[in-house]
Order: sequence, then C-alpha cells, then structure tokens
Amino acid sequence: MLVAQVLVNALVLGCLYACIAIGFSLVWGVLNVINLIHGSFIVLGAYLAWGLYQSLAIPPWYALPVAAPLFFVFGYLLQRLLLNRVIAAPVLVTLTLTFGLDLILNNAMIYFFKADYRKLSLHPSMGSVSLFDVVVPVDRLIATASALALTAVLYLVLRRLRVGRAIVAVRLDRDAAVLMGVDVKSIYAIAFGFGAALAGCAGVLMALIFPISPLTSSTYLGKAFVVCVLGGLGSVSGALAGGLLLALVEGVGSTLIGPAHATTLSFALLIVFLIVRPHGLLGRKGFE
Amino acid sequence: MTRVNLALLVLIGCVAALPWFGGAYALRLGTIACLYAILALSWNVVGGFAGYPSFATAAFFGFGAYATGVLLGDGLPLPLAILATLVASLLLAGLLGAVLLRLRGHYFAIASLSLVEVLRELVNNATDLTGGGMGLNIPLASGSGILADATFFFYAMWGLLLATALMVIAVSASKLGFGLACIRQNETAANMVGLNCTLYKSIAFGLSAGFVGAAGGLYAAWVHYIDPSDVFDILYSVKPIVMALMGGLGSPLGVVCGAFLYLGLEEVVWRNYIQIHSGVLGVLIVMLLLLLPHGLISLRPGMFRRKAKHV
Repeated sequence: MLVAQVLVNALVLGCLYACIAIGFSLVWGVLNVINLIHGSFIVLGAYLAWGLYQSLAIPPWYALPVAAPLFFVFGYLLQRLLLNRVIAAPVLVTLTLTFGLDLILNNAMIYFFKADYRKLSLHPSMGSVSLFDVVVPVDRLIATASALALTAVLYLVLRRLRVGRAIVAVRLDRDAAVLMGVDVKSIYAIAFGFGAALAGCAGVLMALIFPISPLTSSTYLGKAFVVCVLGGLGSVSGALAGGLLLALVEGVGSTLIGPAHATTLSFALLIVFLIVRPHGLLGRKGFE
Repeated sequence: MTRVNLALLVLIGCVAALPWFGGAYALRLGTIACLYAILALSWNVVGGFAGYPSFATAAFFGFGAYATGVLLGDGLPLPLAILATLVASLLLAGLLGAVLLRLRGHYFAIASLSLVEVLRELVNNATDLTGGGMGLNIPLASGSGILADATFFFYAMWGLLLATALMVIAVSASKLGFGLACIRQNETAANMVGLNCTLYKSIAFGLSAGFVGAAGGLYAAWVHYIDPSDVFDILYSVKPIVMALMGGLGSPLGVVCGAFLYLGLEEVVWRNYIQIHSGVLGVLIVMLLLLLPHGLISLRPGMFRRKAKHV
C-alpha cells in the first residue's frame, strides 16, 4: 500500500508542480527570458489568497478569478515598461535584471508581511478521503484539480484563441511571425502577463497547502527550473510531464533514501538532463 | 604590460596602505573590498573574457569556505589549507566545466545556478563532515589581539587579490586570453579554425573557481563560523556580476573599480536602511542595467557635453 500512497502523492504534487512551472516555461519559451521574479509572484499570490480569506472570508478557489486579472495587469506593465528595454540583450543582462526586480518585490513583501510563516487554515477543515488505505486530504485534492484546470485553460487559449496562436507563432519563429503581421511587442507583453497570472493563480493554490512566507519564493523558483528542463520548454504537455516526473522522483527518493536528499536528487537530475537531453522529455531537438 | 593593467596594479598597491590610516573598522571594510575585487576579477575571466553567463561563483565560494574550514579543523596550518583549497577548487571546477560548459546561453546559466543548490544541499546533508545546518566552527588561528588579527587577514586577502590580478593579467596577455576572446565572439567559428574550445573554457572556469575558492577559504578563517545558507548565498553569484557590469564588462581595471564602488554603495545602504537594503540593491541593479549598460568605463568626458544635432 505504501507504493500506491507514494504514487498518488506524486500524482497530486506533480500537477501542482506543473502549475508552478507553466507560467515560467511560457515566458522562457516565448520571450527567451529566464524570469527570476516568478517565485515571488507565486508567494504574492499566496498572500492575496490569505488576505482575502482572513479579511473577507473568501475561500481560495474564489480568489482565483481575482488574482488572474490583477497579476496579468502587473505582469503586462512590468514587461512593457522595464523588460522590453533589454529584451534583445544577452542572457546575462535579462537574468540579472529579473533578479534585481525579484530582490525589490521580495524585500517589499518581507517589509510589509514580515518573514514569519503563515498558514491559511480553512474553518471547518475539509478532512480527507481514503480509498483502499490511500489517504488524500480534500483541500489538496481541490488544489490539484484547480491546477489541472488552469493548465487546461492555458492549453485551450494557446490552441483555440487568436492571441494564443500568435503567442505560439512568435515562439516558433519570431521573424516569420512579424512578416505575418503579428505585433511581437504586444505579444511579448501579453505572454509575460499570462506568465504572471499563472504564477499568481499557482500561489493562490499553494496557500491551500503550504505555509506562506517570502522566504519560500526561491524554493518555488527552483521547482520551476527543474520542471521546465525535465519536461521541455514552452509546451503545456512538457510542463505536465516534467512536473509528474519531478514529483515521482522526489517521492520515491525521499521514501528510499530520506527526505533530506530529495532536493539534491532533483537538482542532480536537472544537471543530468541538461547534459544528456537539454530539450527535455517532450521538447523538440534544436528548438531553443 | 598595457597602461590599463599597470593602473590596476597601482590601484591595488594603493589599497595596501590602508592600515596606516584607519582602525579596525577600516580594516574590515578593506578586507571585504579585497574579497569583492577577487570575486569580480575571477568572475570576469569566465563572464567577461569568455562571455559565459556563469552564476556558479557562490558554489565555489562555499566549497572553498568549507574545504578550508574542514582542513583547519583537522589542524592544518592556514597557508597550506588555502593552497589545498585553491588546487581542489581548480580541479573540481575544471572537471565540472568540461561537462557543463558544453551548454550555452540560458541553459548554462540555469546549470550554473543549480550547481549552487546542489553543493549547498550536499553540505547541508553531510552532517558528519560539515556540521550540516548547524554550521561549522573554525578554530581561532592565534591568540593575538583584535587589531593584529584584522591586519593579518587584511594583508592575506590583499595578497590573494594581488595574485588574482596577476593571474588575470597573465591570462589576458596569453594565448589563452586570445582564445577566450575568440570564443566570446563566435564559438562555432573558433572551433572550426581548430581552437580546443572545451579545454580553453575549462581552464578559464577552473582558474576562476580556484581563486574564488581560496577567497572563500580566507573568508571562513576570518569570520571563524560558516553555515550553508551564508556561504552558498546566491548573492555571492550575483554581486560580482553587478560589480563587473558597474565597472565595465571584460576590463580588469573597470571590474575592480566597480567592486570598490559597489562596496561603498552597499555600506551606505546597510548603515542607513538596514530593513530595505536588498530592495535598494535591486533598484540599483535595475537602474544600472537600464541606464548604464556598459558600465562606468564607458563614460567619457565628451558624453556630458551637449552634442550639436544634425539639422
């Protein structure tokens, strides 16, 4: 039964990891920018959910429609006003710039919310369901279902909507997209806005499960790195595959050799993947 | 020896006169200034000469600090421990570099960032050797007074800075420096004309990491207590980049000036706005990248004069 429990845990956690990573993967794939603010966006989303529940008793799943537009506007403006100025610069410059922005946002959160760990606890608590000795808490199940729904929404947007097709076109071939009349600058801003909105929504879901503190942002960012590289860049299915693989490796690893080594294992896996298969599980070769 | 490199050595020579002018506080500041200059100069070999966006400085800084800490705990004398650390970091980075430096651009940046995480977690979990999250206490080197101790570590760090500067000057004047410049400009072409790119990059990565590791070791011996979240702080990776960008990427003199200037700014911010110091650092980074992307060395007197516009 332990095996089944580990597998179910990995499945539940893997969908959440995918949700953390898709926004990051979208921005990396389309804008070619490693967005280090992503982790702080997630934490900010978690604080939003926490604040709404504490002050207005709005449960996190209703906070999602509030978070998405707010973060979209935030991300859109950030891209338009700041990142757009260095978008063509080498990776060193864009990476350092987003690091600087992350320092500002993270410091602001520590200043306003303090570095204490907080927890959003629902009243009454939702309990857990068990099936054949496999136990899953209900709040975690809700978070996973919402994460899957968000992933599906992004997939549909990229597949069906005009703006989604334009984003995919820019990702595949920027110059050809320009020739087809796509306004690349505004697509960049919209893609970054989507990335921020997804991060905010992921943060809202994280608030259901994990403790909230500005100090956790680097953990989320690290997960996003690993998932992106494992799954392959810029595709929704890649992020899902990467998330599930990471959760599986962490779950099995911490059961076999102890939870202290789970992070080491995941980053070692990242480096191995970068060397052996840099395009990830589902990415296409030579497709950077 | 070009004029710029001579100016660099003169600048470093001037720093050595610090103990005659200041007390313990000035010595502490001077030691950190030398430490930052070592990190920035070493990073410049990989980031400036070869153009690889390395974020692995913190990994080798932490590795060096722990290597020296463990060796000192075993009773090795300080100079021997630092030398062993330098060689160990050089070899480790050379081997890792041969594998990691096959990656380019974003992928190399991510891999080098992850290296910091991997080493931190390894040190965190190797409790028997490193003390894990509790940190490592390093025995006091001597029973001498505070001022004598401060002076000793200032001159040790200064000597290491001088060695780093000489290494950088030697590299930039040699065939290795020329090869690295070729790699920066067009790696594929450099490979085509018969340059052993992987070897050159690995040597550069190893040299850079060796001096960073030695600096980490001296730091550990100086502060007597290290823990993983302190010495594997990702800021040790980012600060040298900011210094190099501030002074001018690729120019050793510019990079050292950038390090000193950065320390001055950091000290002012620390003293006055302790609660928001990392936010102010962030603002500084953003402004620097947006307004002065080529660093201070790109400033020319003519830039401040108003130019006649074409009519």
